[in-house]
Amino acid sequence: MKSKTASPESIGRRKCLTIIIMFILLIVCILLSFTLGRYPVPLHELCGILLHKAAGLFGIETEVFWTEQMMTAVWNIRLPRVILSVLVGASLAAAGASYQGVFQNPMASPDILGASAGAGFGAALAILFGFSSFSITVFAFTMSLASVALVFWVSRHAKGDRVLGLVLAGIMISSLFQAGTSFIKLVADPNNKLPQITYWLMGSLSGAQWKNVSLAVVPITLGLIPLLLLRWRINVLTMGDDEALAMGVNAGRVRLGIILCSTLVTAAAVSVSGMIGWVGLVIPHMMRRIVGSDYRYLMPASVLGGGIFLMVVDNVSRNAFTSGIPIGILTAFIGAPFFLWLITGRRETHGT
Amino acid sequence: MGLEVRNLNFSYGERQILYDISFSVKKGEFLSILGPNGVGKSTLFRCILGLLPGYTGQIVVDGIDRKNLSVREAARHIAYIPQSSNPVFNYSVFDIVLMGRTSTLSSLHSPKAEDIDRCHWALDKFGISHLETRCFHNLSGGERQLVLIARALVQDSQILMLDEPTANLDFGNQIRVLQQVQNLAREGYTIIQTTHNPEQSYMFSDRILAIQNGRILKDGVPEKVLSAENMSSLYGIDVEVLSLYKDKARVCIPKEIIAD
Repeated sequence: MKSKTASPESIGRRKCLTIIIMFILLIVCILLSFTLGRYPVPLHELCGILLHKAAGLFGIETEVFWTEQMMTAVWNIRLPRVILSVLVGASLAAAGASYQGVFQNPMASPDILGASAGAGFGAALAILFGFSSFSITVFAFTMSLASVALVFWVSRHAKGDRVLGLVLAGIMISSLFQAGTSFIKLVADPNNKLPQITYWLMGSLSGAQWKNVSLAVVPITLGLIPLLLLRWRINVLTMGDDEALAMGVNAGRVRLGIILCSTLVTAAAVSVSGMIGWVGLVIPHMMRRIVGSDYRYLMPASVLGGGIFLMVVDNVSRNAFTSGIPIGILTAFIGAPFFLWLITGRRETHGT
Repeated sequence: MGLEVRNLNFSYGERQILYDISFSVKKGEFLSILGPNGVGKSTLFRCILGLLPGYTGQIVVDGIDRKNLSVREAARHIAYIPQSSNPVFNYSVFDIVLMGRTSTLSSLHSPKAEDIDRCHWALDKFGISHLETRCFHNLSGGERQLVLIARALVQDSQILMLDEPTANLDFGNQIRVLQQVQNLAREGYTIIQTTHNPEQSYMFSDRILAIQNGRILKDGVPEKVLSAENMSSLYGIDVEVLSLYKDKARVCIPKEIIAD
């Protein structure tokens, strides 16, 4: 960056260090999040509870020096919510970074390609029919996948600039699904179904339970692992299909795989948290400022950064407002101005 | 070894672009493909690179039919150097070159130490090691072209295909890039370039393939192909070809301009 003598290897080491620091930051934030809330749990008791639970796995009993309420607050209320916020944030940021790479479009995000609008429609439909929370996830995921496939297909057939065609197709398909969602809201029972749909669409983690966590963790893990493994290929795909093919990357197939994984994690995240916007667009760009465009570092940094960001915002959402403002509203309040600052700010000129 | 094209035909729907193209390039040979705009040069180029699969005829790479090679295997034989690359995201020169190693990696892996060493070697070979941490976006056209050639070299394939490598360069950089490419041919790399400059293809390449309306007009050593008659016919203007420096260079003069 500043020094001319920095070698590619030393820059790589520095980026690795940044990612390790982010990981430590994530752990620290998770621990601090447990202590925050209407029912205070001091750090000492918190560590005791966590140690007790961990030791319990191996059948070891530890001394209990905390109240039952502390135990409930940490284990049944805060822990699932914190885990879910990290999972959702990590998923949305990783999906956004992947979409941006494989479509060579810095404006791509889970929202822009219609994955969220599709998931929202599917979830609204499932709520309308009174399905279980598992079915809501399945519906959200299926519609999300259908929506992205439709956007991709339309943009392939669009004339002219591919990047523009993609964004336009995404806007159109999203609004189509949003219209469908609006129609469902219109016909939904205004006494119980409608509030549930509306609240779901605003995006919130306040209903987080272990049930939701276990539902989301499998698809999110299944999607994030290939995205992390394929991160070098995403670099090559950003060079365009011709160059990627000539460098031995089967562009069509790898892109499809990455889209499937990104859609999987987006759908899983949206189906447990509702529509949380901006994370998928803003976090990858923020991380590009910190570790550069190389997906070898950008992908893990986005996963960690997305997790930290959403967890911190969720802490604000559940502690700063007595009524618990939906997190989707907060991310928009933070994300939109931040993005404006990003695009109007000084262009990066150094080689990172 | 090298590349052989046999009876290649290609059509976009009803419109036939290439008619019965046959030629071969030997190992270590530097071939220039010359021809006016829109005669099918880039279609031919894209067929050989495997970017247009719908051709008839055969493209044989190092003795193997192109159609029997996977994308990755083909990349081990042929490397592509685009006219210009404009990545959406800002990569360092070193990262761009490192991408050339992709076909040597198994599909889920990132580059290793030996790949990094190979990139240092390639950058060093072209004397651009000092650029390694710079952003690709901020390089000049000539520097970018050398970086893209370095990226193709680390791919470890013997056939290098350059699409109008000098089109965006100033005169000095055109010569510098072509000298490097000529050196690569002398080292044993097989070079195929498309170009709009007959004089430079005369000076640097071993053979010229002149294409007109999707057919081969002439295929031979530069001394044979770069004649007044061929150039006039190829470009549709009256051209006079002058020989300079004991025929080490030839210049093409459009007659109409200097007629009166």
